Amino acid sequence: MIELNRRNFLLRAGTSLGAAWVTTNWPALLSAATHAHNAARATPPPKYEFFTPAEAAEIEAITARIIPTDDTPGAREAGVVYFIDRGLATFAVDDQKTYREGLPELQARLREMFPSGSKFSSLATEQQDAVLHSFDEESDTPRRAFRARPGAQSFFETLRQHTIAGFLIDPEYGGNHDGVGWKVIGREREHMFQAPFGYYDKDYSGWQPVAKEAEKK
Amino acid sequence: MTVDQPHYKTSDEVDFVIVGSGAAGGILAKELSTNGFRVVVLEQGPYLTEADFSHNEIEILVQDKLTNHPKLQPNTFRKTPDEKAKPQRALVYGRCVGGTSVHFTANFWRFHEIDFIERSKVGPVAGTGLMDWPITYSDLEPYYTKVEWEIGVSGLAGASPFDPPRSKPYPMPPLPVKSSGVIFERAARKLGWHPFPAPMAILSQPRAGRSACVNCGFCLGFGCEVGAKSSSLATAIRMAERTGRCEIRPDSYVHRIEADANSRATGAVYFDEKRNTHLQKAKAVVVCANGAETPRLLLLSANKQFPNGLANSSGIVGKYLMLNSGGVVTAQFENPLNDYKGFAVSRVLHDFYELDPQKVGFYGGGGLDARFDFTPISFAFGGLPPGVPRWGQDFKAALAHDFNRTMEIFCHGTSLPLENNSFSLDPDLKDAWGLPALRLTYKDHPDDLKLGNWMFARAHELFDAAGAHKKWSFPAREQQFAVHLLGSCRMGNDPKTSVINSDHRAHDVKNLFLCDGSSLVTSGRGQPTMTIEALAFRAADRITALAKRGEISA
Repeated sequence: MIELNRRNFLLRAGTSLGAAWVTTNWPALLSAATHAHNAARATPPPKYEFFTPAEAAEIEAITARIIPTDDTPGAREAGVVYFIDRGLATFAVDDQKTYREGLPELQARLREMFPSGSKFSSLATEQQDAVLHSFDEESDTPRRAFRARPGAQSFFETLRQHTIAGFLIDPEYGGNHDGVGWKVIGREREHMFQAPFGYYDKDYSGWQPVAKEAEKK
Repeated sequence: MTVDQPHYKTSDEVDFVIVGSGAAGGILAKELSTNGFRVVVLEQGPYLTEADFSHNEIEILVQDKLTNHPKLQPNTFRKTPDEKAKPQRALVYGRCVGGTSVHFTANFWRFHEIDFIERSKVGPVAGTGLMDWPITYSDLEPYYTKVEWEIGVSGLAGASPFDPPRSKPYPMPPLPVKSSGVIFERAARKLGWHPFPAPMAILSQPRAGRSACVNCGFCLGFGCEVGAKSSSLATAIRMAERTGRCEIRPDSYVHRIEADANSRATGAVYFDEKRNTHLQKAKAVVVCANGAETPRLLLLSANKQFPNGLANSSGIVGKYLMLNSGGVVTAQFENPLNDYKGFAVSRVLHDFYELDPQKVGFYGGGGLDARFDFTPISFAFGGLPPGVPRWGQDFKAALAHDFNRTMEIFCHGTSLPLENNSFSLDPDLKDAWGLPALRLTYKDHPDDLKLGNWMFARAHELFDAAGAHKKWSFPAREQQFAVHLLGSCRMGNDPKTSVINSDHRAHDVKNLFLCDGSSLVTSGRGQPTMTIEALAFRAADRITALAKRGEISA
């Protein structure tokens, strides 16, 4: 079945109706395609490609501490673990080693800290946070993220970045299930917007030239 | 999109081979093919179109789908020439048909008169290579107008009292104002400053078969899905193709300009997608590969006549690089701005474009703009105030509260041209094709850092006047990452202190022309693409005149 997503919609519209028509009607098409896609969205639980189910449960438990579920959805509801699993088989293939080595290290650390615990996912949340804090080295985060990008970095930092990406990416690209991440941050799930956009421009009365006396110094 | 393209043989001596299809290459392709010449454009990146663009942040932030790739094209960096450079991602540029204009912010200010005559006006700056341009603002004015009308710029003529003279208004009104723009405008006016609607290379109205901006919010870093951003891809490249005389050849990585014993360029040598080598013969070569790759290509093309690099008798190819100084001040407000909607910038001010060195104690000047250029993911990595935890409940709460309430003021400023600041060939590191990697050597002039901090102070004043709840910035730091790639093969009348003349012709090689950010003599105040495009329109006129007078062919 061809997924009725925005791109296929546009491509088919483009083929049958001609590029000029599409250009003229693009805004309407985008809006329609977005709605169609959202309505048609089926959600069968995906299968894991990289993690075993046991590993997935551990990863999911960690993501749920990075972006917890409280009165709003967190990483768990956003299906972040599926995004990471898919990522490790595709765009983040290079990070497989980090996960392969990181999970046993995590296991060792939690046994060291909490000898009675066997799995991260079965620890109390305070214990989970303590384990993660022990891994969380303050990295020199770039102060201007024109492009925030993972460099060579620890398991926890990699997982932190992947969790954030999986929570906030456009839902069309395998994470942010049902757009819950965008709901949390207040980003409307549309492909186009019209002014006024926010609180401060809604009562803007239009451009007024400056008074005469303020002319060129 | 490749309708009616001719397919020239590599053995076919075309009139011009153009290296690079970005801001300058696209316009030169359009102009030269329109003027009747047979043109081949060699672009190292793929030919992507609107259908290939998406809002997938992973493609942009992780996979570098539109830009130079750090694995295939590694770089090194050092601060000064006496250091050994270390492997480090040192620059970003667009690597696809349309080049960097595909993913840019699209701020399209003109340079002002001062940018061309700064040395005469403020005098020499000790230890720097600051010099006047061989052309002035008035030489370039008609071509700025051409960019606005032919490529498509939205804006409001006369809105800034500091604007240089213009021969025509903008072809279409400014884009709508954003909340960040309104906050900026109101506060700046309280301070007696002169904010104005940002000139942007983004359509505010449908034009020439292209859609107006739909305010999708995925702008900086992304290709425009509706063709509203006036990239070379959406404009000049398509016009060049329609002439039927221009072939765009993507996935063609030029690594050598061939020259004969008479110091005449004979063509461009490139790898195709399968890494087979070809020589595209041409009567003249035009290099528009950007301020990093253009000098690199000349250095890679060293030969018997030019052991230090083609057209490099001066020894300054790659030098006097300028990256533009500046940075951001970020603030939060009480109510939602929703600034994720729309393009990045809606208001600018130029009150500090021309500062008096006697008064402020340093050389330079700049502009401020009101913007929000984060995507949801990049905001989570770089948009939260210092002190917010990097994960957990408080992190999530900050994201939820701040995403819609944040804006930035970007402070754009001058960089002084220093001989040591350069792109050169790394002696050890190779790219995936086995060619020497780009090495960036850069240390900001102390005045550039002083200017940065001075501009940050103005942005803080503005945010105070605006009643920001919270604001923060970091002191200006020496740069180690290049986005604006300027001045590295600069224009001038003296072959000892410049690489090209005012016709963009290499002093040393009569049928070799260079036009891109490398041609700039001064850095301007931060937004170079408009000027690069105006230079390209002008270069095309000059080159056409030379060709018609028979002064290019042997």
